[in-house]
Amino acid sequence: MELFVARLFDGLSNGATYALIAMALVIIYKATTLINFAQGEMAMFGAFIVLVLATERGLPIWIALIVGMLISALIGAVIERTLIRPFDPADHLPLVIITLGLFLGFNAVAGIIWRFDPRAFPRMFPDGNVLSFGVATLSWYTVCVVITVIVVAGGVNLFLNTTKIGLAFRAVSSNLESSQLVGIRIGPTLQFGWALAAAVGTLGACVFVATPLRQLEPSVMVRVLIFAASAAALGGLDSLWGAVVGGLIIGMVQSILVQYTTFIPNEMSLATAVIVLMLVLLFRPSGLFGTKRVERV
Amino acid sequence: MSALLEVSQLTGGYGPIQVLHGFDFVVNEGEVVVILGANGAGKTTTLRAISGMIDTDGSVLFAGEQLIGKKPADIVRLGVAHVPQGRGTLPELSVEDNLLVGAYIRKDKEVHADIERWFDVYPVLRDRRTQRAGSLSGGEQQMLAVARALMSRPRLLLLDEPSLGLAPMIVQDLFSRFHRINEETGTTMLVVEQNAQLALSIATRGYVLESGHISIEGAADDLLHDDAIRKAYLGV
Repeated sequence: MELFVARLFDGLSNGATYALIAMALVIIYKATTLINFAQGEMAMFGAFIVLVLATERGLPIWIALIVGMLISALIGAVIERTLIRPFDPADHLPLVIITLGLFLGFNAVAGIIWRFDPRAFPRMFPDGNVLSFGVATLSWYTVCVVITVIVVAGGVNLFLNTTKIGLAFRAVSSNLESSQLVGIRIGPTLQFGWALAAAVGTLGACVFVATPLRQLEPSVMVRVLIFAASAAALGGLDSLWGAVVGGLIIGMVQSILVQYTTFIPNEMSLATAVIVLMLVLLFRPSGLFGTKRVERV
Repeated sequence: MSALLEVSQLTGGYGPIQVLHGFDFVVNEGEVVVILGANGAGKTTTLRAISGMIDTDGSVLFAGEQLIGKKPADIVRLGVAHVPQGRGTLPELSVEDNLLVGAYIRKDKEVHADIERWFDVYPVLRDRRTQRAGSLSGGEQQMLAVARALMSRPRLLLLDEPSLGLAPMIVQDLFSRFHRINEETGTTMLVVEQNAQLALSIATRGYVLESGHISIEGAADDLLHDDAIRKAYLGV
């Protein structure tokens, strides 16, 4: 039992990171029905910016984080304007190829600038454990990461529900043509989505490596993206809270499977994500919280 | 009467398929003008050309401004609101958010007063203000789509087949409200309809569109009693 709880706690912090990246995927999916495969790499790039600001420029980590998220938002906005907007939004294949290209590009550029050696990330959260019994320990890191996810999901939801740009974003997600007909400028609205997603993603990557157990290196988010994508699908792809719940579930399922299915090599844990993704697509394509596209006419 | 909308030599379509073959028509300030025509005659395409949703050639003058080449978002700002075919509500948004988004281009402080006003006109929308628009019945969605378009306080309202898929009783009610809105607010309306009888009964003038050309035009009363129209579009 203790071991089981221990694994649940382990899974929680991973899951919360998946949730943050899944949220970034959901934001872009809502606007464009496109999965941004470069989301994880963009987040890694943002985390490097935060690292540099904190360690080489001497900014306090939280200031560095905010500045890094703003720079990431700007990068997201520029990518939307230069690489996404010129293409027909209804034709997904070119856009998917572009996001795959961005994936490779960000990874390579990060390697060129910051090398491939892992670097320790500044502490963001208190060390130590909140509680422990036997082998099961709940660390401050885990608690803080889960709180971060909930605050970010709540904050993004509040922002989308109370601001004018949020209203425009929700309108564009719901019906592109009608949004144009009420005077919403589609391009800048989608650009806002890319910026918001990039900022949330960077926060996710920072939180992921802000533990002594991990270090930042250019490929750190590759696996995370796969888990995050299945988390987003499990949650329904267009639901922010779905991404949170999906992320936490995937994190815990992964952790428990690794513990109890020792006949499966550890390296196969990535497969759990893909299996979950497959099962969701097979049995419940709209996920746990996704919008079922059933409309009355 | 002064012309609010002057369309001349309008041509256009979708990609290589030309739907509109160059025709002229006028909508005067305060009028309700109806465009009749069979399926595929180009009625919807005409409205989409006016609101900038498709590329077209020719001239569309709205209050003296050339609309051809302008983007939909800018055309709305000039005072043209378009209720597309099939309602065009934002199904995932609440009824109230649908109305708020209708006032997206406005910066004045009377938006909420206007929402209450349309709730007075369509009380059923007030009862359902927090419900998702997609959960409303077809008639309610059409009311919402019209109210949302009017939230932008347009000078010209384009209505694309408002009766489509609705029960006759609901359609009657819908059109009598269009009539009242036109009288009370002076909003000019350009209605595209297959239900010729009903549309003509609230219209000032009408045009008949046949495969991209205007074949007949006249006062609504005359069209209602025109034998050719009665045979072709009124089913009598």
